[in-house]
Amino acid sequence: MARMISYKQAINEALDLEMRRDPTVILLGEDIVGGAGAPGEMDAWGGVLGVTKGLHAKHGNRLMDTPLSESAYIGAAIGAAACGMRPVAELMFLDFMGVCFDQIFNQAAKFKYMFGGKAKTPVVIRAMVGAGFRAAAQHSQMLTPLFTHIPGLKVVCPSNAYDAKGLLIQAIRDDDPVIFCEHKALYGSEADVPEESYAIPFGEANIVRDGRDVTLVGYGLTVPRALTAADTLARSGVSAEVIDLRTLSPIDWDTVIESVENTGRLVVIDEANPRCSIATDVAAYVAQNAFGALKAAPQMVTAPHTPVPFSPVLEDLYIPSADAIVAAVHKTTGPVKSAA
Amino acid sequence: MNERIKPIVMPKWGLSMSEGKVTGWLKPAGSPVAPGDEIVEVETDKIAGVVEAHETGTLRRVIGEPDTVYPVKALIGVIADDEVPDAEIDAYVAEYATQAAAEAAEEEAPRTHFIDTPAGRLRYAKRGEGAENVILIHGFGGDLDNWLFNIDALAEAATVYALDLPGHGQSDKKLADPSLKGLSAALLGFMDALDIARAHLVGHSMGGAVAARTALDAPGRVASVTLIGSAGLGDEINAGYTDGFVQASSRRELKPVLEQLFHDPDTVTRQLVDDLLKYKRLDGVTEALTALSGALFAGGRQADQVAQALAATDVPALVIFGASDKVIPPDHAQAIGTRATVEVIEDAGHMVQMEKAARVNELILAHIA
Repeated sequence: MARMISYKQAINEALDLEMRRDPTVILLGEDIVGGAGAPGEMDAWGGVLGVTKGLHAKHGNRLMDTPLSESAYIGAAIGAAACGMRPVAELMFLDFMGVCFDQIFNQAAKFKYMFGGKAKTPVVIRAMVGAGFRAAAQHSQMLTPLFTHIPGLKVVCPSNAYDAKGLLIQAIRDDDPVIFCEHKALYGSEADVPEESYAIPFGEANIVRDGRDVTLVGYGLTVPRALTAADTLARSGVSAEVIDLRTLSPIDWDTVIESVENTGRLVVIDEANPRCSIATDVAAYVAQNAFGALKAAPQMVTAPHTPVPFSPVLEDLYIPSADAIVAAVHKTTGPVKSAA
Repeated sequence: MNERIKPIVMPKWGLSMSEGKVTGWLKPAGSPVAPGDEIVEVETDKIAGVVEAHETGTLRRVIGEPDTVYPVKALIGVIADDEVPDAEIDAYVAEYATQAAAEAAEEEAPRTHFIDTPAGRLRYAKRGEGAENVILIHGFGGDLDNWLFNIDALAEAATVYALDLPGHGQSDKKLADPSLKGLSAALLGFMDALDIARAHLVGHSMGGAVAARTALDAPGRVASVTLIGSAGLGDEINAGYTDGFVQASSRRELKPVLEQLFHDPDTVTRQLVDDLLKYKRLDGVTEALTALSGALFAGGRQADQVAQALAATDVPALVIFGASDKVIPPDHAQAIGTRATVEVIEDAGHMVQMEKAARVNELILAHIA
């Protein structure tokens, strides 16, 4: 039955259910149990923010604390996937992916292609993304575009607890490598989530609000921000449709194009830096394929082209805000008089 | 409160409904109204519907503003006879808000329960405390919320249960026996577990066939049957619907399938489609639905017939169809012959118990009385 649980609990539950269902599912990562080599209680950590807490008690040695060497354990996870396991590796922060790029870009993403389709690589790499956590420039980036650039990788970024559970279950059952991006600022957000297992297919965007005048496209934290903006816009008579992409590779172009054909206006919101981002990708695709439907130039609301600031004041300004989204919509509609 | 003044309130359609939006008044203030008249259109995140009058009188106040959201039980209009003075009505409206707040507290009790049966863990809702028992049995791919416009009205006269059949809603998804007999056994197991010796069975679509099967197999347990848009009464069934429902894996595919359920396709909201997709994506559901549709509806033909056998019994039978049912042909309503009470309702499709709830409730209440 459905009940309200958090995004973080939903991820824990997805891992638990898939480990129960499939004995080849294993978890690897730094401190996902009690901390490698640390004396004392097992299960003390459950990951840096406690996402895997409690799973060791249920599944024992199928969870493995790894040394602090991403290239080693991500490589091990990819190798295990190629040999018949379904590993879920936790890489703490997506920002640390740089040290194991070869394993991901040149190995995991390429096996299926290089071995003529005879190899599969069902590995999931979970990592936290996004700013707003006062964790400074090396722990706060939205690096999703780096991964959507690589053919052979699937890239997922849920915006709510219901999707987090269903998309993670799909990621584990999927035969390709999946980069599963968890927005740390959403870990506490709650939604109605069934207790049972369910899988949400990749490549299906979710229309979270119907509207007539403008299409707002986002993913992760930008979805609740876009919904707040849509509430504000509704008060001035602008009806905004809000699309949550959910998966960035594959991406659901049909839903975006259909929506823009109805509204005639597009605003893409992306927490990534502005150049070569999800925002530029969506704006370019719509301009190329639905140009005739557009009544105004597509607008992009993104982070600035700077590192994530450590100053809380600046960090809050860095993340696309509901006000910035409203301002971008007004650029597409022209000035709108407030109803109030 | 003033007995001469009757409130029109935001209805509660379904367990999760907490608020609804007034989309438009079908009668202007000052209109005479009679029971069954459609007064105001309301939209929830799940479904659009119409609030009907339950009293005779004049629509004295139209309070709910179009395109405005009101909580469940909020006063949105007032019906009273012409001789009731305006001052009394104004006092009634002013007093109503405080009363609603006091009543809100009792709404906290759980709306559904679970019970372990030989067919697995089944979810059900229970309303009312009447001497007679009524069990509401949904159709293929449905759940107990298919009765959201009926359960409270029937509970005025009976103890009403609505269950999620195995493989459906929030009940266990494993189907031991995907056949009418299997579902009927699950229903009898449910009745045993809840100590329901005998009940009036009200079934919709596949649930109607389950009700009839149960009446044939366990006549002592069944006081009467009400078969709504029922399966089992003829050969044909729209395979485009049954197969389409099983196969649809996205919103785009599912919406046109669901539109076949209703006389007015606009009844299908995005939330209704999303909720059914969420159900279909639960582990085990596709297997259960595939097994059931294969056993019962393969190739657009209904494998299990109950009409002839039922015609030969003396189980009281009420048959209701929507005249524009696009899933099961409405002429199947005549299958049991003159022994049954038959009503084919205009401007209603397969989900006639939702689309014409007031009439359906009236017929069932008369049938079980």
